[in-house]
Amino acid sequence: MSDLDRENVRLATKQSPDLTTGGGGTPVVPPPAGRRARKGIGWPARLEIALMTGPTLLVFLSFVILPVVMAAYYGFFSWQGYGPAEEFVGFRNYLFIFEDGTFIDALQHNGAIVVLSLLLQGPAAILLALLLNRRMRGQTLIRVLVFVPYVIAEVVVGIGWSLMLHGDGFVNTILADLGLAWLQNDWLSDPQIAIWTLMGILTWKYIGFAVILFLAGLQGIPEELTEAAAIDGASYWQTQRRITLPLLGPTIRIWAFLSMIGALQLFDLVYIIWGQYIAATAGTSTMATYMVANGRNAGEYGYGNAVAVVLFFISLIAALIYQRFILRRDTDGAITGGRN
Amino acid sequence: MAVTAVIGRRAPRAPRARRRPAWGNPSVYFVALLLIGMMLAPVAYIIVGGFRTNAQITTDPAGWPNPWRFENYLDVLAGGTFWRQVLNSTLVGVSTTAAVVTLGLMTSFILARYRFRGREAMYSLFAAGLMFPLTVAITPLYILVKTLGLMNTLPGVILPQIGFAIPMTIIILVPFVRAIPDEIQEAASIDGCSRLGFFWRMVLPLSKPGVITVGILTFIQSWNSYLLPLFILNREETFTLPLGVQAFASQYSVDTAKVLAFTSLSMIPALVFFSLFQRRIVGGLTGAVKG
Repeated sequence: MSDLDRENVRLATKQSPDLTTGGGGTPVVPPPAGRRARKGIGWPARLEIALMTGPTLLVFLSFVILPVVMAAYYGFFSWQGYGPAEEFVGFRNYLFIFEDGTFIDALQHNGAIVVLSLLLQGPAAILLALLLNRRMRGQTLIRVLVFVPYVIAEVVVGIGWSLMLHGDGFVNTILADLGLAWLQNDWLSDPQIAIWTLMGILTWKYIGFAVILFLAGLQGIPEELTEAAAIDGASYWQTQRRITLPLLGPTIRIWAFLSMIGALQLFDLVYIIWGQYIAATAGTSTMATYMVANGRNAGEYGYGNAVAVVLFFISLIAALIYQRFILRRDTDGAITGGRN
Repeated sequence: MAVTAVIGRRAPRAPRARRRPAWGNPSVYFVALLLIGMMLAPVAYIIVGGFRTNAQITTDPAGWPNPWRFENYLDVLAGGTFWRQVLNSTLVGVSTTAAVVTLGLMTSFILARYRFRGREAMYSLFAAGLMFPLTVAITPLYILVKTLGLMNTLPGVILPQIGFAIPMTIIILVPFVRAIPDEIQEAASIDGCSRLGFFWRMVLPLSKPGVITVGILTFIQSWNSYLLPLFILNREETFTLPLGVQAFASQYSVDTAKVLAFTSLSMIPALVFFSLFQRRIVGGLTGAVKG
């Protein structure tokens, strides 16, 4: 914090004694809080701060932060979930996780889902957003309908799709009716195919979100730019490639981040459609389904917590790398308290 | 392209509604229709399937109901199970949403407009919460909820849900509260309005768009949530709809038509809620991305 900032805080607190903490008469960009600022705070304001943030902090610390700390603790024990955790096993749980082939499989499935999501869903969603951004009637309705799968519960999606995809279900029957019997498949249980089936369902469910996000990003691109390009004789695709796409960059990077974290945490759809045992043989298990199957469902809570910690660190490392190298320019200033 | 034709007639970023509707390119409509078909066909399959009999589904999985049967739907609606789960889901969804909006707005108000030591740290702490997905915390959460004696109770689901919805809420709401001009606060204070009075009379109404977006997102997320109830609720009378749908599907696994009817009915509340507020959801996301 610079001296200038400190001076601003001091001035701000001096100028309007009634609003010492409320920001009255402050410069446009509020200076970050610092030691000096505290001097201006009276007891009523402190009480307000405590009362207004206390309950939120309590819930947040107890149900979000504490569980992560607990996972780190219990991960070092062999513990069945009842009584105090006494059998300290050090890093044995962790060693076991990485020696377990089914975990490594699950990790690979997660990796494949991350990569395929980025490579398949991203371009598809961008193309669809560009398409839906063109002038047409019924645009609002179309946008809403694209979003419908995103709103439907994972359970409904899972049950609906598994009924449609099983051996002599809707999909195979339709294929036969269309004379495409050679395309019929064992969509859910063939390990060569199941991961693609999962990708298809994931794309169906989540592409609406990406499209809406990209459409929102497209709205933020000044029309003068595309208009100017058109005047200069650029074709539609040239304009999109050279102007729209680069300007859509921040939105694409944020979507990719959300998509990556979502793919690493994937649980609901796999667990609902494949269940905990079949997922491993069909090649669709994920770290999260592995965690539930080998932790809670197997009664090994210590082990489950260790898997949670591993899952956490893998997501964290992925997120940090991503933020450090890709997201950085977008989030600079967003968290440090500037007006955003 | 028609782009050049409209130069000078419209301010940049003009709201869509003010544009002159144009028909545009037919191929765009074709692709759009194809897309809508792909998005809605599975939903239609579930809904229409509920009007068929199991015999119809077995003999012709891709056919239309012939004749249309309403028994499946009526059976589900006449049974108590479905309604109890609707009630449970509603209780969980409404309490979670109300608490998240209230707590989120109060905290955002403090973070946006008070200067105190630790403000930055508090904001960063909440922002870091985005990095702690429910999936990672679920095993310890189960232990925690069990320790608190909240197993098989709705608060056992509600409290963790509030915690996990807080980070996104604060990140969306802080900019809204911060955007309120200082002059308004000064004027309010001159008129004898206390800081908390200012909160009620000015901050609350002025951050309404943000509050509504957050509320809708929280409600839909809560309504659809599966993992947390799966761990916390083991007794059938406490089941929320997603758990209920899955339990129904495995219990009546041979009665496909009835499962489809139950599943269809469970979609209705979320779809109705969504269609009522879709403008807000889409608009809110737009605002969030534009920053």
